[in-house]
Amino acid sequence: MIKYLKTDDSKCVGCMTCTAVCSTLYFKEDNPAKSAIQVQDKGRGEFHLVACDQECRKCVQECPTQAITVAKTGVVMINKNLCVGCLACVAVCPIGAMRFFPGHRYPFKCIACGACAKECPKDALSIAEKEETAESRAWAEVIAAVAQPKE
Amino acid sequence: MSTYTRKDFNVLAEQHYELRPVKRGYNMRTLYVNVGTRTIAEKPVSETMKAKFVGGKGFGLKLLWDGTRPTTKWNDPENEIVIAMGPICGNTNYPGSGKSLVVSISPLTDIPIDSNVGGFFGPFLKFSGFDALELQGKAEKETIVFIDGNEGTIQLLEAPADLPTDTHVLAELLTHAFAHDEKDLQNVSVVSSGRGAEVSPLGLLNFSLYDKRRQGVRVKQAGRGGIGHVFRDKKLKALVVRYAGVHQDSNGAANPAEVQRIGLKLHREIVVNDDRQCKMRRQGTAHLMEVMNDYDLLPTKNHRYGQDPKGPEIASWVWEKLLSQHLPDGCWYGCTLACAHAVDHFELQTGPYKGQKVCVDGPEYETAAGVGSNLYVYDPHGILELNFYCDTYGIDTISFGTTTSFLMECWELGIINAEFTGGIDLSWGNWKGAAQILHDMVERKPFGVLAGKGVKFLSQYFVSELGADPQLMKDIALHGKGLEQSQYISKESLAQQGGYYLTNKGPQHDEAWLIFMDMVNNHLPTFEKKAEALHYFPMFRTWFGLQGLCKLPWNDIEPADNHKYAEPNKVPEHVQNYCDLYTAITGEPLTPEGLILQSERVYNFQRLFNIRRGYGHRKDDYPPYRAVGPVLPDEYFARQERYDKQIREKIGLDPSTMTVEEKLKVIREYRMKQYESLVDAVFARRGWTMDGCPTPEHLRKIGMDVPEAIETAEARIAGRI
Repeated sequence: MIKYLKTDDSKCVGCMTCTAVCSTLYFKEDNPAKSAIQVQDKGRGEFHLVACDQECRKCVQECPTQAITVAKTGVVMINKNLCVGCLACVAVCPIGAMRFFPGHRYPFKCIACGACAKECPKDALSIAEKEETAESRAWAEVIAAVAQPKE
Repeated sequence: MSTYTRKDFNVLAEQHYELRPVKRGYNMRTLYVNVGTRTIAEKPVSETMKAKFVGGKGFGLKLLWDGTRPTTKWNDPENEIVIAMGPICGNTNYPGSGKSLVVSISPLTDIPIDSNVGGFFGPFLKFSGFDALELQGKAEKETIVFIDGNEGTIQLLEAPADLPTDTHVLAELLTHAFAHDEKDLQNVSVVSSGRGAEVSPLGLLNFSLYDKRRQGVRVKQAGRGGIGHVFRDKKLKALVVRYAGVHQDSNGAANPAEVQRIGLKLHREIVVNDDRQCKMRRQGTAHLMEVMNDYDLLPTKNHRYGQDPKGPEIASWVWEKLLSQHLPDGCWYGCTLACAHAVDHFELQTGPYKGQKVCVDGPEYETAAGVGSNLYVYDPHGILELNFYCDTYGIDTISFGTTTSFLMECWELGIINAEFTGGIDLSWGNWKGAAQILHDMVERKPFGVLAGKGVKFLSQYFVSELGADPQLMKDIALHGKGLEQSQYISKESLAQQGGYYLTNKGPQHDEAWLIFMDMVNNHLPTFEKKAEALHYFPMFRTWFGLQGLCKLPWNDIEPADNHKYAEPNKVPEHVQNYCDLYTAITGEPLTPEGLILQSERVYNFQRLFNIRRGYGHRKDDYPPYRAVGPVLPDEYFARQERYDKQIREKIGLDPSTMTVEEKLKVIREYRMKQYESLVDAVFARRGWTMDGCPTPEHLRKIGMDVPEAIETAEARIAGRI
């Protein structure tokens, strides 16, 4: 199973509570540019919420140091001790959910902690689970195909 | 296979050094190691050295110049191997930033060789605290140089007597021996060679990287010019560096956020465009195979032809299926162009490792052409097996391919036979015969040793010992200055003939690749335009070697709107990226013109290095005729229409009244005259005399006014050297 932050654009009113919670929790400041959840203003009172779906795992596949791994919960995590800050993960993320702040050494992303969901006044965010898919398993199959057999 | 631990390596000498962070791309010190006297010393980098030589190949050549005399031979103890990185090297944001530049006096050419190589060694050495590693002397015992960049120690270690030499075994053993634990494996990089390099001047150096996904060591090659032969002659078994802690700003950049911005821009360009452009992420440089075959440029049978109907059997789509896919196969962190592919679980059919399943690094285009089409080998397995054995024995696939194709042609022409080869059948296409040469080389059997001496030696040997026709041998031995030519047909592109033979080190395509501009697109119709290209591109490409960069992310990926620029061949947006990247790391402003000037200084210094050693004359810059035009009647007949047309339209004769011998003669005279005119134009554009010596005025104008450069130029012009 994959734990992830489920978003519902239709409920979002753009109050930015989620970005404040996230950036304050992880960067000690209220700054949407440092929030793993993003609120995109589509105009006319419509908003689009962007956070990692934990499923495509292109970043896991691309990371040269295997700093990006999949936790038992299915959540994609970055190990800062291994990260060399190349930002290849940012480039391959198809939805712009892998983020970085200029000058900071490490990228960051949503790890489905649920802090924003708890504070969202409109229930636009929630922590949910979904099944693994062929896409979500691809990274592991690539490794299994090339790893040298242990003696 | 037995394993080793640190305790198995006796310490011969040890020195501690002060750990200091890299500042704005530089350590401002280099490391000197003499394995003969067991001396270990730091050398400061002066502001003048930084200003004039920049880094990488510039630093390497400067240290090599200072460390050797004009008469130093490749196997004198004072010859050096210098590995140098450059200010941009090691940044993790801009693709292609992990290169090391290796220089030495070459056993093939007797002049400086430089080779550009990936792998983790260079960046780890730089972050350990040194801008270059200078190796001198000859060791008494098999020696390993170990640098621990976290502890600040340098050790000379005695290699255990039973430690293997072939790279795929040695690099794996040493990586495990010097890593603290399994997590530390990725922090160790090894430079090694192989048993082939002990006997052959085609010997190379392998630079390792630990591949976490494959759980094994992979290698990239400093291939050209026989540096591995120098390495083994010094009884250097390996170099090992350990450095843990690479991060986004290990270079101490002046503006790390700007480095991120420029790098991310290129990452995105690659992710979006690569599939529509070169497919480097899927195929690596092997994507070129069918393109070259289609354009009559893929070397076939010792560069006789550029095309064969069998070409598609080793086309890019064949390699794409064999190469493992969807892996971040960069040779340094952050290279999303990821061309360093591999074939996994490959079962060997010959040699001492027969039956074993191995990981084969490659093949690169040069290898697939060199030991493939050029030997008339269209069996991908054969190419991979030759690729593997060349690497692990420490033999350059380009030189080996060109040498073996020469031998196969000599076999076809009846100059050599099975009695001479010790029973090896060198018929075109027999890859097992080619593999047997390699196995016989490491077994030190007579023909294996002889074949390993390279094309220049063999062509002269066949004249003196076997009575071969001297002119024919000169014509079909594809080398310049002693270095075997790399794998593009240059016959129909005069500019590329210059791109190969008006080079400092010999015919390697890293200075200029002008075939499409010249031959296909006809963008260089005059001698002046060709000369301008043979000034700009060699200078521009030299800059990669000063910085520790790879050439590929310059024009093997292009911005989608590149064609809208005035000079798309230069990829102007990427040139600006490089200037911006240099500024972001060093804090120094740089314009595209300033970039060329940095290169021009070092390029001229390298030319003067050749001159200092008695070379660098105009006469040293001529190609063998095979690189210029058809040598044999069947080459003429294969492209009769093209050559007849040239005789009619360019030479003004009627081919229908001529014998093929007459036609070959007039074509040859015409083409060699064209080459002479090209040399005149290029030397003039480069600010050189008509004998190929940079003038003192030109040296002062470009700022390469260090005393040794001016003195050398004056001595050559006065006829003293």
